[in-house]
Formats: sequence, C-alpha cells, structure tokens
Amino acid sequence: MTEVTLNRVVKRYGKHEAVHGVDLKIHDGEFLVLVGPSGCGKSTTLRMIAGLEDISDGEISIGNRIVNELPPRERNISMVFQNYALYPHMTVCENLGFTLRIAKQPEAEIEKAVKKAAGILGLDGLLERKPSELSGGERQRVAMGRAIVRRPDVFLFDEPLSNLDAKLRTQMRVEIKKLHHRVGNTIIYVTHDQVEAMTLADRIVLMRDGHIVQVGTPMELFNNPVNTFSATFIGSPPMNLIDGVVTDVGTIILRNSLTVPIPAVARKQVVSGQQVQFGFRADNLMPIGHAVEEPGELANLELPVSLTEPLGTETLLFAELAGQEVQAKMLNPRPVQPGETIAFHLVLNKCHVFDAGNGKALRD
Amino acid sequence: MNRNQTHRSRRWILKSLHLLGLFLIMAVICIPGLWIVLNSFRPTVEIMAKPPVWTPTFTLDHYRAMFGGAGEGGVPVFQYFRNSLIVSVASTVIAILIGMGGGYAFARYRFRFKNGYFVGLMLFRAVPGVALSLPLFIVFALVGLIDTHIGLILVYVAMNVPFTIWLTDGFFRQIPKEFHEAAEIDGCTRWQAFWKVEFPVARSGVAAAAIFAFLTSWNEFALASQLTRSVGSKTMPVGLLDFTAEFTINWGGMCALAVLMILPALILTFLVQKHLIAGLTFGGVKG
Repeated sequence: MTEVTLNRVVKRYGKHEAVHGVDLKIHDGEFLVLVGPSGCGKSTTLRMIAGLEDISDGEISIGNRIVNELPPRERNISMVFQNYALYPHMTVCENLGFTLRIAKQPEAEIEKAVKKAAGILGLDGLLERKPSELSGGERQRVAMGRAIVRRPDVFLFDEPLSNLDAKLRTQMRVEIKKLHHRVGNTIIYVTHDQVEAMTLADRIVLMRDGHIVQVGTPMELFNNPVNTFSATFIGSPPMNLIDGVVTDVGTIILRNSLTVPIPAVARKQVVSGQQVQFGFRADNLMPIGHAVEEPGELANLELPVSLTEPLGTETLLFAELAGQEVQAKMLNPRPVQPGETIAFHLVLNKCHVFDAGNGKALRD
Repeated sequence: MNRNQTHRSRRWILKSLHLLGLFLIMAVICIPGLWIVLNSFRPTVEIMAKPPVWTPTFTLDHYRAMFGGAGEGGVPVFQYFRNSLIVSVASTVIAILIGMGGGYAFARYRFRFKNGYFVGLMLFRAVPGVALSLPLFIVFALVGLIDTHIGLILVYVAMNVPFTIWLTDGFFRQIPKEFHEAAEIDGCTRWQAFWKVEFPVARSGVAAAAIFAFLTSWNEFALASQLTRSVGSKTMPVGLLDFTAEFTINWGGMCALAVLMILPALILTFLVQKHLIAGLTFGGVKG
C-alpha cells in the first residue's frame, strides 16, 4: 500500500508563500496529474514530495511514514525530470544500473534488472551508448527506465514530455500510460498541458497560485468545472464565457442583446439581477444538421461566422454571439464562407453559469 | 566576370592580411621562447657577439656544465626541479580541493553576503603579489616558515584559490542541478552525488583550473625569491638567479635551465589540451 498524503503542506521562499496549505490524498496505484499554469506551485509540490525542497509547514507521508525530514534517497521514489538528467558520462546501461550500484546490489542482480527495464522500454540496442548519442525520445525512455529499475513506491514525473516534439509527445504519452498499467505503481505527474492531464490521469488536481482549484476525474473537471478558471483551463478549445444578467423571468440577458433560458442546474442558485458569466463549450454550440443531437433543452441561435479552422473530422467555427467571439464545433463539416450566418443549436443542459464576481460555478 | 575577379582578388588580399597579422602576433608570443631554446645550445661568445652571428654553432656545453659539479658553473638542477614539483603539485592539489569546494558552494547554494564574498575574493586577486612579500616575509620569519616547502605551498594556495573558485563556479553553474537531484533520488548522499555525478561532468573544467594553478605556481618568481633561501627549498625560477654572478650573467646556462623549466609545463599542457579547450569553452559561456 503506497498512499501519499499531503496535509496542509506549505512552501515559503523567504516571505513569499508559493504553496498555501495543500491537502491531498493520493491512492495506491493511482495516476494523479498536477496541472496548472506556470508558477502555480505544482512543480514545487512535486519537489517537496521528492524531498528536493524543504517543507515549510505541514506534513507529507508516503506509505505510513512521515517523510518531512527524510532525504530523497530514503523516500523510495523515482523521478523523471523535464530535461531527463541522464548522467552524461555514463552509458545507458550504467545510467540504468546506477541506483542499484549505489545500493551495492550484486552485479548479477543489477544486470538482470537493467535487462528487464531495457526490455520493457525497448532499449536493448542502446545499452552501450552515451546519452549524447540518443534522440529525444530515446533519452526520455532511458529516464523512465532509470526510474523503473529502482522499483520505487511512487513515480514522480516533472513535465517529462515538454522537451519533445508534438508527435513524439503523443507517442510517449501512450507509453507512459502503458507503463502505468504494467507496473501499477502510484504515479504523480506534473504538467502544464491540459491534454496530457486529461489523457493520462485517473484524477486531476488543478492548481493556481499555490492553491488547489479542483480535484476530480478528467470528466468531472470537464463537465463540472467549479469556477471559470477550471472551465477555461481544462478542455480545448477553452469554454466560451459571456457576461450576462439574470432576469426575474428565468432568463439571462447576455451583453444586453441576447436572451437565453437559465440552465436547469443553475436555476435555484441565481437571484434576479445577479451579474453572471454564461459558459458553454464549443461542443455544445453546433450548427443544425452538423451536430450530435442531444436530448434536452436546446436554444436556437443564428450567428455570423467570421473564421473557420478545419481539423478534418470537425471544423472549429469562430462565430459572433452578443458582440463577442465564441467558438463552435461543426461535425461532418461543409465549407463555410467567412461572414456566412449559420443556424446553431445550443445544448442548454450542458451550459454553465458562474458568478461574475468570484467566478464560482452556480450549480445545484 | 570582371566584378567576380576583383571580388576574388580582394578576398585574397584580406586573407593574406589576416594571415600576416596572425603571424606577427604569434611571432611576438613565440620568438622569446624560441630565442631561449636556441641560445641554450649556443656558446656564450656567440650569444654575446656584436654584430650577431647569424649561423649558429650547436653545442651542449651549457647543459653539460649545468648538470656538472658546483665549481664548474653547475647548479643543483634536480634539487630545484624536485622543489618546484613538490611545491607546485601540492599547492595545486590543495588549491583545487579548496577552490572546487568554494566554486561549488557559490554555484549551488544561497547564503548571506554571497556576492560580497565573491567580489572580495576577486579583489584579493587585484593586489599585486609582490606588495605582500614584505608582510609575508615578516610573518613567515616569525613563525619559521622561511625557506620551507610548506611556506611556499601556503602562499601559492592563497594565490590560486580565488581564481580556482571563479573558474569552477562557472563550470558548476553550467551543470543542471537536476544531475545531483537525480543522483540523490537514485540513492546518493549529497556527497556521493557530487563525486559520482557532478565532479565527473565538470572534469574538464577542473582540469583547466588545475593547469592554471599549476602553471602559476611553477612559474612564480617574485615571492619565491623572497621566501626561499637554500637549495632545500629554492624553486626553478629562483634557481635561474644562480647564473648571475657579481659582474657576469651566464646567459647560456640560464637559458638551459629555463628550457628544463618550460618542458614539463609544455608537456603537461599538451597532454590535457583537449580538456583545457573543452573546459574553457564550457565555462566560458557563463553570463
């Protein structure tokens, strides 16, 4: 059982507080992704778990041990760094076996473990090479191999795919997920890329400014964002948000020009006259005849389209709604001329209402 | 066609000027050395001849005399060589150990007055060594370090440490901190992480720093001439003075000893030149 527990963990640099009392419980075998914009404290949190940063306040435990005072080597963790940090003066083989050699394991044992890790990651032909003779993807795999060989309780990944090109990143993402299925260890993974977070995570922890904004499965974050930050950070393209005012007849007037009914989930949470932000994803604003028709309340809108982004199976449309640009998705796309006015369906039960002041979601 | 030709000839002229410039600079650097080597193989009469003798006679007399007995213009070459070697090697090793520690600390750790210390160290280098010779002499005389290897080693360590710190600080800054972090996670202590990962990676830089420290100690004359007295501690540069008598200077002998002094330094530099260049360009990127 390797649970990792963070109990009101704080990181201060001098007077500046970078992480403000993070509470988190990571279950055994879970793939947890810490995601957020740069400077949100996600890497710092990871480095505190690793023991590379002191913990200013609070408690971190791995398994049943409180590790606050333990140096990294006694925490039985592995870490994959953004720049891989492969030892440049050692061959791949020596890199992989380094941790066991430090632990003074017998040579035969080391060789066996290195062979096994190399087999898992397809590094067999590269064992005698130096890191400088490897491609980016190969280095990445060696870094993961080095992490496996240690047979740690917890794997830590610090933006491991950021240095790879887009295509390789997608490939390695799959490999990391396969690796997790294979070894089944607890993984804590830091990234700023919400796509990585969505595709890899069992659970996502969304952070901003040293606080946890929302914790949940990828679909929970996608479907039920707790505030506008979560709504715009998770999902691509980001959620459309439009200012509006709640009326006393069960509608919201968007930017003084367009009226939509209040979505059912928000109806009890709003009061007449309240300033709100009305949110919906591009997936839920679809041209009639080019949508997956969903049961539920639909609103009809006619909007001029200013720009299109064809993506193959779908086309992103940039339309104007109440004087603001919003994005919509067109399935089975047909050519669209800029300036063309198109009839859209807005799926109301998938829409969100946020408080305009603090950005919090208004939902039952 | 015509334009092409003028362009080509202009490029040719520029290249010639470039080579000529290089030749002149190299001549300024190399001719004194060459002059020493050549003179060590010429009879004294020829060295002093006016007008100069353009066709040299080759002789090994100076070397023969130098290695010969004391009465015949000989000097205790092996003693001097030994002294130089002991003092230079010992001071280099100590200066590198201290300097590397210091450089590493400046590169990796944050502490109070860090910049102040660094500037202070660099300022010490600005003090001309000779200016310290009198106070050093008095202090050393009081504690009995005059005319000892240890005394000279101490002085050279003090001279070399600031420079070594400055150089190695640059090298360690170039090494991503993730190396030692990865090593620590892999099971190393901070100390092991340094020796097993960071030190091997910075090897070139440390080698470069060591060469500089060694050459400084090997060639130093001003302080050594004050602080050494006898055959037991005089280094080679000081040994050169043995060739000056009250009214004469034995230029040939002096040149012969100088050649012996240059050779080890030359060989050493040649052996590590690959490291030296790698090390210097590696550390040189530092902003």
